[in-house]
Amino acid sequence: MIEKALKGSKGYWVWMLFLLSLMGVGALSYVQQFNYGLGITGMSRDVTWGVYISQFTFLVGVAAGGLMLVLPYYLHNYKAFGRIVILGEFMAIAAIVMCLMFIIADLGQPMRALNVMLFPTPNSMLFWDMIVLNGYLILNILCGWVVLHSEYKGIKYPKWIKPFIYLSIPWAISIHTVTAFLYCGLPGRHFWLTAILAPRFLASAFAAGPALLLVIAMVLKRVTKFDVGREAQDKLVTIIGYAAMLNFFFLGCEFFVAYYSQIPGHMHTLDYLFWGLGHGDQVFNNLVPFMRASVIMGLTGIGLIFYSRAKQCDGLLVLSCLFIFISFWIDKGLGLVLGGFVPSPLDYVTEYVPSFQELGVTVAVWATGAFILSILYKVAISVKLEKEA
Amino acid sequence: MDSKRRDFLKIAGLTAIAGIAAPSAFNTLLKGEALASAGHAAAGDHGAAAPTGKRYGMVIDVKKFTENPGLAEQCITACHTIHNVPDFGNKKDEIKWLWVESYDHVFPEHSQDKRPDGLKSMPILTLCNHCDKPPCVRACPTKATFKKKNGIVAMDYHRCIGCRFCMAACPYGARSFNWRDPRGKDANGRPFIKAENPKFPTRMRGVVEKCNFCTERLAIGQIPACVEVASQAKGLIFGDLNDPNSEISQVLKTSFTIQRNPAIGTHPSLFYII
Amino acid sequence: MYGKGRIIPALILFLGLMTSPMWYSSGDASKLPKPEKPKDYTECVAPAQYMRTSHMVLLNQWRDNILREDGARTGKTANGTEYVRSLQNGCMKCHSDKKKFCDTCHSYASVKPYCWDCHLQPKEAM
Repeated sequence: MIEKALKGSKGYWVWMLFLLSLMGVGALSYVQQFNYGLGITGMSRDVTWGVYISQFTFLVGVAAGGLMLVLPYYLHNYKAFGRIVILGEFMAIAAIVMCLMFIIADLGQPMRALNVMLFPTPNSMLFWDMIVLNGYLILNILCGWVVLHSEYKGIKYPKWIKPFIYLSIPWAISIHTVTAFLYCGLPGRHFWLTAILAPRFLASAFAAGPALLLVIAMVLKRVTKFDVGREAQDKLVTIIGYAAMLNFFFLGCEFFVAYYSQIPGHMHTLDYLFWGLGHGDQVFNNLVPFMRASVIMGLTGIGLIFYSRAKQCDGLLVLSCLFIFISFWIDKGLGLVLGGFVPSPLDYVTEYVPSFQELGVTVAVWATGAFILSILYKVAISVKLEKEA
Repeated sequence: MDSKRRDFLKIAGLTAIAGIAAPSAFNTLLKGEALASAGHAAAGDHGAAAPTGKRYGMVIDVKKFTENPGLAEQCITACHTIHNVPDFGNKKDEIKWLWVESYDHVFPEHSQDKRPDGLKSMPILTLCNHCDKPPCVRACPTKATFKKKNGIVAMDYHRCIGCRFCMAACPYGARSFNWRDPRGKDANGRPFIKAENPKFPTRMRGVVEKCNFCTERLAIGQIPACVEVASQAKGLIFGDLNDPNSEISQVLKTSFTIQRNPAIGTHPSLFYII
Repeated sequence: MYGKGRIIPALILFLGLMTSPMWYSSGDASKLPKPEKPKDYTECVAPAQYMRTSHMVLLNQWRDNILREDGARTGKTANGTEYVRSLQNGCMKCHSDKKKFCDTCHSYASVKPYCWDCHLQPKEAM
């Protein structure tokens, strides 16, 4: 089946070459980082995780978002998702590969990465993260490929794959819960130390993942003959809209707890993120415009997405999905990870700005994800269009 | 595809997975290294059985450092010199094992209202607390940081993968990361490690480091370097917290001490007399 | 075979490239490494043959034992001489010239141990 990715239109090849060039530029940035050390990034003694880990955290959510397609289709027989399920599973593969690449890019000693497997440490959440992420990757490759291959041969998928598909459903919840547990079990970081972090992660994942998928599906409708179907689109709008609303509800809960209790440890990070934090004689507020934009875009996106469905307007649908995706990308990527480091345990504020090489590597990893996604989608769409013809 | 070829690939794949998983499974089972803690504090510690074994700790008498200006800096210089701690000259890449902070930064969860004059300018030595229930040890995915039987939270630089999870987990900001090669030179050609101590290794870039309670000195019967420098002024009292007859236990019985952020239950081994 | 005319030459070329390290440096096998033994000492911490094959195993054992289990920091050779169980403060006390001892075999075998990224070499030899 993979030979289908080797045949394409001119636009396809231009797109792939563009992605490859981005990957090349980023590879050069990574070589610089490998030779100099992680000091080439904007991270510091106080802000020890930056863009790489924030992208990883967000992308685990995007991968978990595939669950929102697998669950209705396989567990509840929602046939309308028939064309889009494979897109969700393949998007999960690309997202997890990006996650793993970001983690490796962030390691100080990447050559020792296998130490996590050679010296298993069950009390460490990173150990479990390694297990669940790799497990989810294998599950999605297995389930996606076997089911697609059966379709390609024109038969029903084999019975033995069903348990793996069912396993991938709680496994998807586990990947994002474990990732949330990385943060919410650390006693020194009050912004992260909240029970609602895992539910919030899941809510934003179930909105951001399908939102991205819907945007890609609309693009596919334009550049190929592949249409996921009106019913699937409309159902996804419901899922995205309600998940996004839930996430903002959880955010509201965080605000209430912090500002009603007036406990400084809870308030300070939210102050820093949304209003700017006065500390000493300085005011630190480099994330404020982003966080405010995130809330505005998210709420607007929710309103727009339901409106776009009522008016059956694909353009508005894409716009609203982009708003929601970018809003949660800022919220989880910038807000959550960077916010946890402000103020530091010694009550200092150090701000973080990513460096040029850091952004280069980030873009390259995203380009690699898009590259893998394009290959997988090319295969999936070719198979499905051929078989349904 | 041939069904024979398919069978071969299936068997090859399973063998590969078994071959990769088996060594680590054996490692865990045979060495019994699965859990990072050395079995120190059990659940429900209220009124637990008397602790056995050594537990190294330190009392920092802040008044002595206020009365002897420059003493704190001497302690820091001793520590950083014998351990080859680099000085990168900028806050971003900073590495420090022992340093001075003011009260509002060391004890931010304590009240800052209506404090006596002079408190703000008191030099308070800050270092790794070598907690009894260290969150960093819980977080480390490779057991590169671990708690020894004598209470010291140690680092194995050979195993550290540089994920900096321990730095995120530490509630006291005690850990530093080697963002660059510590053996390099700055723009003017001056090495980051001013004077190499040939008896102690440096670290490489990409690993986390922190105070090690001078494990290498304790092993040959010496006291930690900072304690030795401050010994005349009696600014630092070091010893076995589990020994009721040690000097440190006597000091703790008679003086009121505070600890950093006690509410989070890490049980630091460092006590401060303000 | 379909495409015999292209496949067989390509296979030969491929095999040639893959085996090139072997026939490129053939005839140089006589340049065996000759590490210079330390002049003042007659025995090592373990028999020389064992050290040749397993000095890394020994060093790792020392490290794990001393670092994680508070093991003994000194040991005795077969003849009762005491030595420090340490690379920097033990091995390098006798084998003080890294270039003439350690590097000869390592360069020959193209092994690049990262010990020296942290462990300091004795200054005289550097």
